[in-house]
Amino acid sequence: MTDLASASTGLQTGIVLADVEPDDGITKKKLPFGAYLAGGWMILLIVAILGASYLPLSDPNESIAGLKEVAPFQVSGHVLGGDGNGRDLLARTIYGARISMEVAVCAVLFGLFIGGALGLLSGYYRGKVGNVLVSLFDILLAIPPLVLALALVAVLKGDPSADNGLPTVLILILALGIVSIPILARITRANTLAWAQRDFVTAARAQGAKNSRIILREILPNVLPSMISISLLGIAVTIIAEGGLGILGVSVEPPTATWGTIIADGRTALRDSPFIVFIPCIAIFLTVLSLNYLGDVVRDRFDVRESAL
Amino acid sequence: MTTTDPQPAQLSGLDQSPDGDPTGEPLLQVTDLKTNFTSDRGRVQAVRGVTFTLDRGKTLGIVGESGSGKSVLARSIMGLMPSNATRTGSVRYGGEEILNAPLKVMREYWGDQMSMVFQDPMTALNPVMRVSKQITESIHEHLDVSKDYADESALKILESVGIPEAKRRLRQYPHELSGGMRQRVMIAIALACGPKLLFADEPTTALDVTVQAQILDLLQEQQRERFMAVMLVTHDLGVVAGRADDIAVMYAGQIVERAPARTLFAEMAHPYTEALLQSIPKLEMPNHTRLQAIGGRPPDLVNPPQGCKFAPRCPYAQDKCREVEPPLEEHGTPGHAFACYYPVNSAEGAEALARNRAAHVPAANTTDPTAVVS
Amino acid sequence: MAGIGTAHLRPPDETLLQVEHLVVEFPAGRRGLKVNAVTDVSIDVKPGETLGLVGESGCGKSTTGKAILQLPPPTSGTVTFDGKKLSSTSGESLRRLRTQLQMIFQDPISSLNPRRRVEDIIAEGLSIWQIGDKDSRSKKVDDMLLTVGLDPAVARGRRPFQFSGGQCQRISIARAVMTEPKLSICDEPVSALDVSVQAQILNLLEDMKERYGLTLIYIAHDLAVVKNDSDRVAVMYLGRICEVGNPNVLYQQPAHPYTSALLSAIPVPNPEVRPEDRQSLAGEIPSPVSPPSGCRFRTRCPRAEEKCAAEVPEIRPIGDDQFVACHFPLSPNDTVPPTEVVGASTSGATVG
Repeated sequence: MTDLASASTGLQTGIVLADVEPDDGITKKKLPFGAYLAGGWMILLIVAILGASYLPLSDPNESIAGLKEVAPFQVSGHVLGGDGNGRDLLARTIYGARISMEVAVCAVLFGLFIGGALGLLSGYYRGKVGNVLVSLFDILLAIPPLVLALALVAVLKGDPSADNGLPTVLILILALGIVSIPILARITRANTLAWAQRDFVTAARAQGAKNSRIILREILPNVLPSMISISLLGIAVTIIAEGGLGILGVSVEPPTATWGTIIADGRTALRDSPFIVFIPCIAIFLTVLSLNYLGDVVRDRFDVRESAL
Repeated sequence: MTTTDPQPAQLSGLDQSPDGDPTGEPLLQVTDLKTNFTSDRGRVQAVRGVTFTLDRGKTLGIVGESGSGKSVLARSIMGLMPSNATRTGSVRYGGEEILNAPLKVMREYWGDQMSMVFQDPMTALNPVMRVSKQITESIHEHLDVSKDYADESALKILESVGIPEAKRRLRQYPHELSGGMRQRVMIAIALACGPKLLFADEPTTALDVTVQAQILDLLQEQQRERFMAVMLVTHDLGVVAGRADDIAVMYAGQIVERAPARTLFAEMAHPYTEALLQSIPKLEMPNHTRLQAIGGRPPDLVNPPQGCKFAPRCPYAQDKCREVEPPLEEHGTPGHAFACYYPVNSAEGAEALARNRAAHVPAANTTDPTAVVS
Repeated sequence: MAGIGTAHLRPPDETLLQVEHLVVEFPAGRRGLKVNAVTDVSIDVKPGETLGLVGESGCGKSTTGKAILQLPPPTSGTVTFDGKKLSSTSGESLRRLRTQLQMIFQDPISSLNPRRRVEDIIAEGLSIWQIGDKDSRSKKVDDMLLTVGLDPAVARGRRPFQFSGGQCQRISIARAVMTEPKLSICDEPVSALDVSVQAQILNLLEDMKERYGLTLIYIAHDLAVVKNDSDRVAVMYLGRICEVGNPNVLYQQPAHPYTSALLSAIPVPNPEVRPEDRQSLAGEIPSPVSPPSGCRFRTRCPRAEEKCAAEVPEIRPIGDDQFVACHFPLSPNDTVPPTEVVGASTSGATVG
């Protein structure tokens, strides 16, 4: 009878305490199978990177007698064989991953921080400053990224004879980070533009919220998922870019391994021992694929249903 | 379907002869149509057994709230369904069963025999295609005519839907048109191949009142000129009152009352119909008159309640209503069917209402909603 | 000037809000063209009053509403609110003043941040201004949710997409009222909703008005919806005011041909009224980039004469609390009030 009571009350007053839809929103979405595979590879990679020193690996820079250009699964203790200098490839790939990932993640974080901030500001304020920033992004985007990265590395390294420059890893991070700024800024700006038009932003201003509060509380949470999603893609692209720099010989100094330098070193023996190049390539392939896939998963997962209508 | 051959007469919209069906069957006959969707939460029973017929030259108004299944009904009849939908029952068009017709066959019906005008012309029109192309596309699809002929027909049809400077408009893109003009273009597209049956799914909900009147007038004029059957779907009884021959009120996927328009308003029987009508603000009421809103919301169509689906919101509801669903049956005036045990304006209804009021008024507050909760 | 004048304004000391000669222009693409969104509009609102602002899309009614809030500030004209000139206030003091003016929007989806919880959305105003501590804010949110007819236990932790359109509008209203503003501007709050839900929200607005002593500006395109909640109605067309008056008078005897056209466009839930017999407004609203000279309505007006193209009609009193900006206003004999057509019956069930 309570139903009836509230219904008849409702008819007269127009008010019935809400019976809101059951809570079947975003929380219970099932993850696709591929997400587990991609996540599994990334976890494996991260564990290997962090625990490299505790793993029973050879020294990645030590030339071991008899291991020169030995194919995988030939010598016990050196599963992936050795490179042109007889160094253990498994160790080099894992230690190389350490620097490759460190460079890629830090570069993208750097780019995300600067580019995201610029994108948010230029998207929210628009006007002249916004237009100038956008033109700047466009100019940067017009330069082939690898060329830009090369130029930046050259500039940041300064005079190679004077050994007072920044550590090479930091230079790589800065160069690749700067290259990623315009892309991340453009995407953040495009999203910000759309969200800043929403009425809830006007509502927040009408309540006296300061611009900083609106940007951080109203807009950023809505833009963030696409920023994260694109950053994961960005990491993937940066890994490849670092590989490119490695091949061009401007990555870290030998004998330190990165995926890029392993490939660069292996080039000379490509004909006889292609596995030297293939092993880091497969690692890059799996990592980039996983990151791309996870980027999509993040985007889907945070893609809120906007309406229950 | 009696013919799929292109008839030039259809293009000019002069095909006024009543459908020459010798059997005398109605143009559209829907019997016990049920539509279910599979969803994460279970089976959504969007349409739960709808039966009606519609003749050429007639307008049927389908009225109900969002979620009453009225739009799904129109799409179910046309066969415009997503892959997670299943339909049972029967839909006969011109005597032919089309419910389970393959897509290839349905394509021949769409545009040529039946077409639809959607609520939001901005999303229903292709933003990167000129108006002319969007109209001639379906002409070419169904009729084997030359490009010039199709272009000329497009111009004619655009003029006939009251678009000024039709020639210039043909070359424009949808975003260059106002909301009202877009809806006129939608109607032109729908009419391009001279369909015999037109579904208008909330065609004016996104428009201003003045434009709404224009568009509804246009639909009516075209219907008369082309002797079409029209199914006008809306949430506003005011929209269909003067324009529909018959009105069917839908609630929770079923028709709860169906009658010729005049009969419906004169002898309104279902409490839901009454509630819908009362919730419309009327000009003659002095300002600050309290509106008669319908409390609560439509039932969950995954687990619809037992008995009459409107009972939880109905001021007339008795125990019987909550136990056994009332059937849709004709009572009184021929053609007037409703599904209610305690109809409005009947002795049983009055008694039921009085009983409920007597039982609840002391407990429930009558005017101040804030008092309900404080 | 045009559809202009301030004859309908009341003494400033009686009003809470006074808008004089408001002009809002936007640049329109290239070549220095501009959109004349609002051209010389003057309106006022007394404390506790509801002003209905009505017109077709593109008439500048929403722009007027936003210009009052200085979001963005108007091109010219003055907005005086509670004795303070908003139009010459800026920065911190404007930010502070804005809390006295709130807005409820048309689109229930766009007006709520999909990533925030209902409790945070409603408490936003309190949290910005650090009103009360966390517990007292939380208590206030609960009370407010109950007031707008939502169950706090269920609603407060959820996000907007889990609600229906009508429920979202309730949340919007709750947010707007939370900081106890002196003036609320409702921009088409029900036009995206079903008629049945519309009635719930209209009733709720009336209740909130009574309970919180709100002063409202109610913007809509549908005269029928406005009438119910308004004490005074202003009809706008293409950036100008056509007619201002008490709704009970205005709806009975519209003096401006445009008001009359708007009234006759309202669908009447009565099968005896054949819509085709009623005069309906032909054509479309002209572009605000190059509005017609003189009276802006003349291109669609059945009564237009040469004078209408040459002279902008000035608003003038025409009846008891009724003002019109028209050279040739309708007299009571010219109009057939829709009520007479409908008949005396008001109970829906027995119409016809």
